[in-house]
Amino acid sequence: MKIVIMGSGRVGAQLAGLMDADGHQVTVLDTDAYSFRRLPADFGGTALVGNGLDQASLKKAGIETADVFVAVTQGDNRNVMAAQIAQHIFNVPKVICRIYDPLRQELYQTLGIEAISPTTIFAQILKEKIEG
Amino acid sequence: MYIIVIGGGRVGYYLIKALLDEGHEVLLIEKNASICETINDELGNVCFRGDGCEAATLAEIGTGRADMLIAVTGDDEDNFVACQVAKHKFNVPRTIARIRNPQNEILFKKLGIDVTVSSTNIILEHIEEQVPTHPLTHLLTLRDKGLEVVEVKIPPEANTVGKAVKELSLPEQSKLVLVISKERPPRLATANTVLQGGDQIIALTAPEAEEQLRTALRGG
Repeated sequence: MKIVIMGSGRVGAQLAGLMDADGHQVTVLDTDAYSFRRLPADFGGTALVGNGLDQASLKKAGIETADVFVAVTQGDNRNVMAAQIAQHIFNVPKVICRIYDPLRQELYQTLGIEAISPTTIFAQILKEKIEG
Repeated sequence: MYIIVIGGGRVGYYLIKALLDEGHEVLLIEKNASICETINDELGNVCFRGDGCEAATLAEIGTGRADMLIAVTGDDEDNFVACQVAKHKFNVPRTIARIRNPQNEILFKKLGIDVTVSSTNIILEHIEEQVPTHPLTHLLTLRDKGLEVVEVKIPPEANTVGKAVKELSLPEQSKLVLVISKERPPRLATANTVLQGGDQIIALTAPEAEEQLRTALRGG
């Protein structure tokens, strides 16, 4: 599969490493080249400096032929907007984004965007740990 | 009307000032506490501190009864999300977003934001209108048809002067509509219309054929 990941933070870089190790064709996009230090040393994919809200950068990252687009930058709004560009302008078959704010996550889920809220999931895990 | 404005920068500040003068009920949402305080000191209690993209904030300020939400922060993505949340969660009838990247216009329109205002595009349009040497001026875009109405001026020295329309190699996706000459009333362009120096041609064209149309009318 051809996968474009926007945001080379801890999650983005780790995901890129995992997918690359599984033999997928991975491109990671970040506005800051320094964040590519988080990619594993044996990463065989492409790391590209660029803004995922900019259609020219997305094209350079190969979004037109991508099977999957993942938006995991620090900004909820950036993620959700990039996800909608991927979904509605470039018709990427599978689009997933991270939204920290549970309320926004709920809303975008109803608007047909696959959005994951780590806040909700992690709070739930903690609750289960505490209550046993 | 109850109007909510997101973003207390310069655009937001002067916008609410004007809207208040017109007698509207206006509320400005701004994240930064000190900006909020300054605005409240100057304009009365009109600024609410909060994140205008958060559904909780918008619920608190009664977005459900708002007639309009205008997002004018400096970030396209924040304006986009604020409008989407207002539209889809609170059914605000009209949402307006300021955009910086002109490319975003298409996306915003496609996803239900009613009006987009792009300062970049506005300045560009003014340049095109004001600079007479600009060979082709955009007058109107028919977005859903993928067509635009443009104006092309024929310079007196163009090698197409004295030629009839049928002799020009016009692109297929372009149609000449009107010819406006200096000393004659405007007339419809026909195959036999002869071009004269100083003529203004109003044409309908697909954006991708623009360059070809310009060359056909003004010579190489």
